[in-house]
Amino acid sequence: MAQLLQIHEPGESPIPHQDDAEMAVGIDLGTTNSVVAVSSEGQVEVLKDDDGQALVPSIVAYAPDGSAIVGELAKRLLLSRPDSVVSSIKRLMGRGAEDVKSLGGQMPFDIEPHHEGESQLVRLNIGGHALTPIEISADILRALKDRAEAHLGAKVEKAVITVPAYFDDAQRTATKDAARLAGLNVLRLVNEPTAAALAYGLDKSAEGLYAVFDLGGGTFDVSLLRMEKGVFQVLATGGDAALGGDDFDHAIANHFLEQRKAGLGETNLSAGEVKVALMTARMAKECLTTEDRGEWMLTAEDKQTKHALDRATFNDLIRADVKRTVKICHEVLTEAGFDPIDIKGVVLVGGSTRVPLVREAVSQYFGSEPLADIDPDQVVAVGAALQAEALTVGSDTLLLDVTPLSLGLETMGGLVEKVIPRNTPIPVAKAQEFTTFKDGQTAMAIHVVQGEREMVDQNRSLARFNLTGIPPMAAGAAHIRVTFQVDADGLLTVSAGEDTSGIEAKVEVKPSYGLSEEEMSTMLYDSMANAKGDMELRLLTEARVEAERAMLAVRAALQADCKLLSVREREAIGEQMDKLIDAIKGTDRDAINAAAEDLDKATRVFAEKRMDKGIRDALTGVAIDKLQSSVGDGENA
Amino acid sequence: MLDVNTQLPETHLKPCWSCKGPSPATALFCHTCKAVQAPAPVDHFARLGMEPSFDVDVAALDRLYFDLQRQLHPDRFATKAPKEKALSQRQATALNDAYEVLKNPLMRADYLVHLLGIDVLPEGCNLVHDQSILMEAMEMREKLMMADTQDALNAIQRETKTEIDDVLSALSLAFAGGDIQGACRLTTRLKYLDKMMGEVRHSRARLMA
Repeated sequence: MAQLLQIHEPGESPIPHQDDAEMAVGIDLGTTNSVVAVSSEGQVEVLKDDDGQALVPSIVAYAPDGSAIVGELAKRLLLSRPDSVVSSIKRLMGRGAEDVKSLGGQMPFDIEPHHEGESQLVRLNIGGHALTPIEISADILRALKDRAEAHLGAKVEKAVITVPAYFDDAQRTATKDAARLAGLNVLRLVNEPTAAALAYGLDKSAEGLYAVFDLGGGTFDVSLLRMEKGVFQVLATGGDAALGGDDFDHAIANHFLEQRKAGLGETNLSAGEVKVALMTARMAKECLTTEDRGEWMLTAEDKQTKHALDRATFNDLIRADVKRTVKICHEVLTEAGFDPIDIKGVVLVGGSTRVPLVREAVSQYFGSEPLADIDPDQVVAVGAALQAEALTVGSDTLLLDVTPLSLGLETMGGLVEKVIPRNTPIPVAKAQEFTTFKDGQTAMAIHVVQGEREMVDQNRSLARFNLTGIPPMAAGAAHIRVTFQVDADGLLTVSAGEDTSGIEAKVEVKPSYGLSEEEMSTMLYDSMANAKGDMELRLLTEARVEAERAMLAVRAALQADCKLLSVREREAIGEQMDKLIDAIKGTDRDAINAAAEDLDKATRVFAEKRMDKGIRDALTGVAIDKLQSSVGDGENA
Repeated sequence: MLDVNTQLPETHLKPCWSCKGPSPATALFCHTCKAVQAPAPVDHFARLGMEPSFDVDVAALDRLYFDLQRQLHPDRFATKAPKEKALSQRQATALNDAYEVLKNPLMRADYLVHLLGIDVLPEGCNLVHDQSILMEAMEMREKLMMADTQDALNAIQRETKTEIDDVLSALSLAFAGGDIQGACRLTTRLKYLDKMMGEVRHSRARLMA
């Protein structure tokens, strides 16, 4: 069946490099902070700045000329120039404007109006620049790439990037697109809890059934893993891609603004002032992790107010959110058929697990003191770096992950038909058959959704496309097969075709919350003047890798069966191989492909001879086998 | 050993996509050039190197699965040519598919019934034409609707669990004795009991909320 729709391009696969000395880094692209680390022979180094800071605040400030300032400096600008600074952008990856959380009726972001023909992906106005979350994340990734390059003194082009396990397809795609904009080839997207488990399993030799409780700035994940002898098998995962420390900040800021309203009456804050309120709330939250009480000042609309908060009130403000995390833990365990007592240990990940109420709730539910001996802010990057080394240098560790959310299709009446249920091991492929409901129907609208709810509109819409060119038949006679394929990155590809006619039907794809290939090319072009050169280089590298693969195969064949060839035949093949070697040395992609094609032609007769010999040998083998087995049967009888 | 005719003989040859030479159709890697091959059209048991049987040692299944994934998982092919990456993904997908079915007793029973019973079973073997199974399912559902405490739900869960264990033992005997009709009937009953367990979980979640 022809591949008709691809939500993701196969060309997105990383460029294979001949130069194995090149380092691949591990990146934890977090809501609040990001971290880059590199592993060499199992020794991980978390890369720090000149001040010894490993955490890069995921905050970007934009200068009037559009240039980006990332990290600590941008964080400092947040209070003085809030309108041109953006934080917590991860919450909007692969999301629409309707997903942005307001605070006291005010948005912490200035949202650009939606234009006809654009995807529903939200666009922000930051200091007069219209930017998507993908571009802003790309700026953070670029800063991490720069840090790694400065540290290693070499170009860094390959990375393992972590994503929350509960990220849906649109969010994963957005992350991969951001990496592409930043000039990074993603070797693999790894789920954050899985990366943390890898770090624990390898560093602390943890074995058995473990839960990873990962509460970050904007996302919550819990994964249940079995770890043994280098195998990390995720059994079940759950979470909430919009629940994290940011919500604690929102709760505190809301509390402060309510107090303010009680004192000053109705207020009307700008997006910048809302950001300042959130920043203040965050300071209060961090302070209350170690202190019992504190006081904070809030300045907005030229009026200053004073706000006191103690630990008990803070706990009350966040109790509902914390309860929700425990409820999700319970659901994940139950679904996998386990009780808290079966869990050997709970690993804490993410800065928000420092909040005392969170730790209390976790140890109470699991009935054991949670593990936090690897810094919860850095453990994910450490795991990512280990996996980056494993993928490039090779290793025996095996990460087996699952789909976090069910994938399905819209059927009659707005219902969802699940094609791949959640917690299915990946990679996975499943097909579902549909038929036409009208006589002579030649097209079918296909709507791909992700989520657990029964109704389409309660789930996340991933893509819509039309399958056209179905030959006219009676209703119910067509066999339309829709195939879902999820790769090891957790990314979905959908293809559809009609079975009885085998006809190649056309498909239009409109990713609901992503960038179209066109938008992506424009951004690539805007961000790098040499974008076209990059594409050419990628294709050239792929051609070389493929040519070398073909050459190795021919060499292996010659070594095994060269006696099947005459001297002249052998020489002819050798000549083509020399030509291909020369072509690979050059930079002409077409010449490499042509030389590879010539080599293929030159070895065709050789291949036939080898097959003939193989079959002859096999027949002899069968005769002997039969003889042996009949003798064996005789003995057994 | 059960007699299944969907396993390819090892002597069956096909050309390797990479070096074009002969390679056993069931080989994961070409014997000559070591390139990863497309997954062979074999049944789930053969995929994992097991004899077809309802009695599966789960620890042994896990070991076989991990060993194969260690060789075939796309993570092993991150720096390889695109064609090899694509084949590794297909291999790992086929392996996951087989593992999921064999690991789960209900799916395993259902799969084995179809594998063995293609010629034996009447059309629509999985439809309930057995009144007693239908009655049992209805009774259970009624009980579940009446259950409004965690204790009542726990009791139903225990009862269902015992029934499931009984059916699994009976299934093992039926398959071992070559009684495919009996195994088919037991599989249908297992499907109902499994559904029941799911509904108990749902009711429990509703009660907690």
